[in-house]
Amino acid sequence: MADPILRVERLNKSFGGVVATHNLDFEVEPGEIHAVIGPNGAGKTTFVAQLSGMLKPDSGRIVFDGNDVTELSAPARSHAGLARSFQITSVFRNFTALQNVALSIQAHSGHSFRMWKPAATDAALNDPAREILEQVGLGARADILAANLAHGEQRQLEIAMALATSPKLLLLDEPTAGMGPEDTQRITEFLAGLKGTYSMLLIEHDMDTVFALADRITVLVYGRAIATGTPEAIRANDEVRAAYLGEEEAEIA
Amino acid sequence: MIDRIKLLFLIGGIVVCALVPPVAGAAGDDFYVTLFARIMIFAIAAVSLDLILGFGGMISFGHAAYLGLGAYAVGIFSFYGINDGFLQFFVAIVGSALVALVIGAICLRTRGIYFIMITLALTQMLYFLGISLEEYGGDDGLNTDRSEFIAGFDLYEEVNLYYLILGFLILCVFIMHRVINSRFGMVVRGCHANEDRMQAIGFPTFRYKLAAFVISGTMCGIAGALLANLTEFVTPEFMHWFRSGEIMIMVLVGGMGSLFGPAFGAAAYLLFEEWVPDLMEAVATGTGENWHFIFGPLLVILVLFAKQGLWGLIPDRSRRDG
Repeated sequence: MADPILRVERLNKSFGGVVATHNLDFEVEPGEIHAVIGPNGAGKTTFVAQLSGMLKPDSGRIVFDGNDVTELSAPARSHAGLARSFQITSVFRNFTALQNVALSIQAHSGHSFRMWKPAATDAALNDPAREILEQVGLGARADILAANLAHGEQRQLEIAMALATSPKLLLLDEPTAGMGPEDTQRITEFLAGLKGTYSMLLIEHDMDTVFALADRITVLVYGRAIATGTPEAIRANDEVRAAYLGEEEAEIA
Repeated sequence: MIDRIKLLFLIGGIVVCALVPPVAGAAGDDFYVTLFARIMIFAIAAVSLDLILGFGGMISFGHAAYLGLGAYAVGIFSFYGINDGFLQFFVAIVGSALVALVIGAICLRTRGIYFIMITLALTQMLYFLGISLEEYGGDDGLNTDRSEFIAGFDLYEEVNLYYLILGFLILCVFIMHRVINSRFGMVVRGCHANEDRMQAIGFPTFRYKLAAFVISGTMCGIAGALLANLTEFVTPEFMHWFRSGEIMIMVLVGGMGSLFGPAFGAAAYLLFEEWVPDLMEAVATGTGENWHFIFGPLLVILVLFAKQGLWGLIPDRSRRDG
């Protein structure tokens, strides 16, 4: 088997007394979709934040594409080929859909100390951006302000911006968050279409999406990986059931 | 793209500025030449501040520092009898840029309220430095000659100075227009909207914000050098935090994040300061100096109900002039 595209070794992060990540080992194989599930507060988003470089782990190592990236900044990791989408939609609302994606392209087309030529008519940015919008199914919406896009479309744009950085690994933080069943279905199919082209780490609450897409699933509870395995194995795992069952009981109480 | 109605306002503003000297000359009253020269200088300062404040989201409460630096570049050379305008303005530009680089490199490591406070503190340090320079007049200030550029272009001719200022204003606004719509401008605006996201898609944001900070400070330094020429006097008061606040108010009044709004904000603020006290005196003697009493509530109303300032009140069919 090839070397993993992402290898996380004994990652630790706590905030004061709250342990968000505890001795976490984790791998994503090339071309694989590795889903991370877990109850609220399990430390999923904190985990992604450490992978994308926005949070510094207390200890541990993150090896991406053969290089130790633990000390790299978020922009440097983006250039290494790690792309992140956000759980809370964070497209640039005052920019059009096209400008949003063009900005991602721009970030990966040399430095941006170009202060004279208008960016809005820059074909070197717009042409590839349009292509990616077509790819995610937003081609007809290119010139709409992101703020005026429907929620589902904003989620698609979110993924388009990540794709525009030509990543090797996509970190998708709840790509279907807040979506209705139809939109969720559409995103699931879209992500299935990307399978094989990109390696993906998928954080997701929607179990149908997870089981439809994932090659492997890791279950995170209180920052620990309590189980990793194929969807079938996870489904049959007693500890996982207990963790989820426990959460439901707690919610009722 | 700029909307047609706004374009009319813009052209109208330039035409009004261009016509002030002949009209005032015909009326035999030079007062308005000086007033509009002052308005245009503060328009440059406000437009420059808007790059980091309105477009970049960096709430710098120390923009008057560069006004003072530019002014002192002219004043101190003049003190030694060197009135070469090219040298003075060169030093004003390079000096402002270097100071902005240092201040920016320190302040931009912080965000939010800390950024505001540190820019304020560093600027107050410059203010007190100005006061402590007894050699150059301390807090009494320093009388200054006007710059000499080329033979025959005598800035003591008020009209020459006036059109030099107008030229700089148009140049600055044009440069800002190009910068804001460039790739660089998109990065600066993106940092305002969501800096984390900018880093996640691969922008090392610090260097771009710092560059914007330096451009902004440098442009304000030019305004300072022009101000020293207009007043023929420099004083640490140019750098006082109250002055920083005034420039910020001009941006707010005109419209944060609009390119031309702050220039109109400068005009609105300074004309208000000029006319309203007279009106108040006419109504009741001795009340004129309390013009802030009227200005304050108006500012509150404007900020509450017209977030895009006066410029945003102009009808507009396009989304944003950028």
